[in-house]
Amino acid sequence: MQTFGWPEAMFIFRAAGWTLLLTAIAFVIGGVIGGALAIMRLSRIALIRNIASVYILVIQSIPVLMVLFMSYYGLSIIGIELPPFLAASASLAVYVSAYLAEIWRGSIQSVPFQQWEASASLAHSPAQTYRYVILPQAVRISLPPTVGFLVQLVKNTSIVSVVGFVELSRAGQLVNNATFQAFQVFSLVAAIYFAICFPLSRLSRHLEKVMNASRSH
Amino acid sequence: MPAVLIDDVYKRFGDLEVLKGVSLNVESGQVVALIGRSGSGKSTLLRCINGLEAINSGRIEVAGHVVDQDQKKLRELRKDVGIVFQSYNLFPHLTVGQNIMLSPRITQNVPQDKAAALARDVLAQVGLSEKFDSYPDNLSGGQQQRVAIARSLAMRPKVMLFDEVTSALDPELTGEVLLVMEKLAKAGMTMLLVTHEMNFARNVASTTVFMHQGKIWESGPSQELFANPQTPELRNFVSAGAK
Repeated sequence: MQTFGWPEAMFIFRAAGWTLLLTAIAFVIGGVIGGALAIMRLSRIALIRNIASVYILVIQSIPVLMVLFMSYYGLSIIGIELPPFLAASASLAVYVSAYLAEIWRGSIQSVPFQQWEASASLAHSPAQTYRYVILPQAVRISLPPTVGFLVQLVKNTSIVSVVGFVELSRAGQLVNNATFQAFQVFSLVAAIYFAICFPLSRLSRHLEKVMNASRSH
Repeated sequence: MPAVLIDDVYKRFGDLEVLKGVSLNVESGQVVALIGRSGSGKSTLLRCINGLEAINSGRIEVAGHVVDQDQKKLRELRKDVGIVFQSYNLFPHLTVGQNIMLSPRITQNVPQDKAAALARDVLAQVGLSEKFDSYPDNLSGGQQQRVAIARSLAMRPKVMLFDEVTSALDPELTGEVLLVMEKLAKAGMTMLLVTHEMNFARNVASTTVFMHQGKIWESGPSQELFANPQTPELRNFVSAGAK
């Protein structure tokens, strides 16, 4: 039996890197899709609005785990074998897109409608109104909840361990299976999650305070 | 041809009929004040002129454009027709200078240096040259409203609409905004303004239009209209405002 030492700890640290990478990829890809969905949800055309609504509703109503199983096991039945990292990134990106779409739609809608009117009255097109007037304000409003969601995402990446992808949680399990020093192993794993999430939580809270201060004056 | 031509305009919000056959012509260079109680339809009429509200029937032409809900045509119209709102509606994430330069740059492709010169020019007209780099949040309500007027002027409009632009201001800030508008009127700008400032309507507007229950109840040269109201409704309105 192994004991829990430097090599094992390094193994866990390296796995934390995968967790960060997975988070980043899911956030960026999910963010791009989510941004498009947010604007689709606010379209003047009902069909576009409905497509986005249905997508968001479906994804928010099923566990990420099912999306992951469908993309990893489900696709392999029809002959498409995704490597675990790809299946994991894609599933998380899908999950992220549905949630960010709703956060950002809310942020866009909390820009006062008079800003739309003022912009339209200055002969701006809808695209110009979004680009120069609405989105810069919406982004500021959306920062605290977006960073808050990022914290959730970091923790939720642990779910991809079920398809055999070795990220932080899975690495902890593996080391524990070899060493049976559960307390030390999972303390380290938890400490690493904390070290990533705590600063993000503080950032989110800080941004919220800054936003409130700037809005009240 | 009149600068603004309004012909038998009807406007409903659901079951509520807000404009019931309004017709009005405004000549180029004329200043027309729209007065009346809240709910008389005067703000709605103003918003119909630049297409912010779609009319149900009738016809509106302004600065040579027919008001139509086609977005492209509306944009062409709005390049020639400025509007200033009660709540200023400056863009809070942009400085005063950027607020003013934005529209000429993106709708008329005015280059940066020319847009900046234009912004300084219109800011000087409203007496706020020193506020070029300030953010709207750091200005008083009166200053914000003057910037909003400057922002509209930067589009070189042919007609300016003012929707109760002093109603959100403290009395001591109202004067500075009215002064800017008076200067603009004297410079020959065609102006339509919804206002509760009876003195301003009487002294600056060439014509005053009294709206009541969605109709033009009475209209005429301002001095005459206020001195000699013909209808009991206007008489009541004027005497209530005079106290």
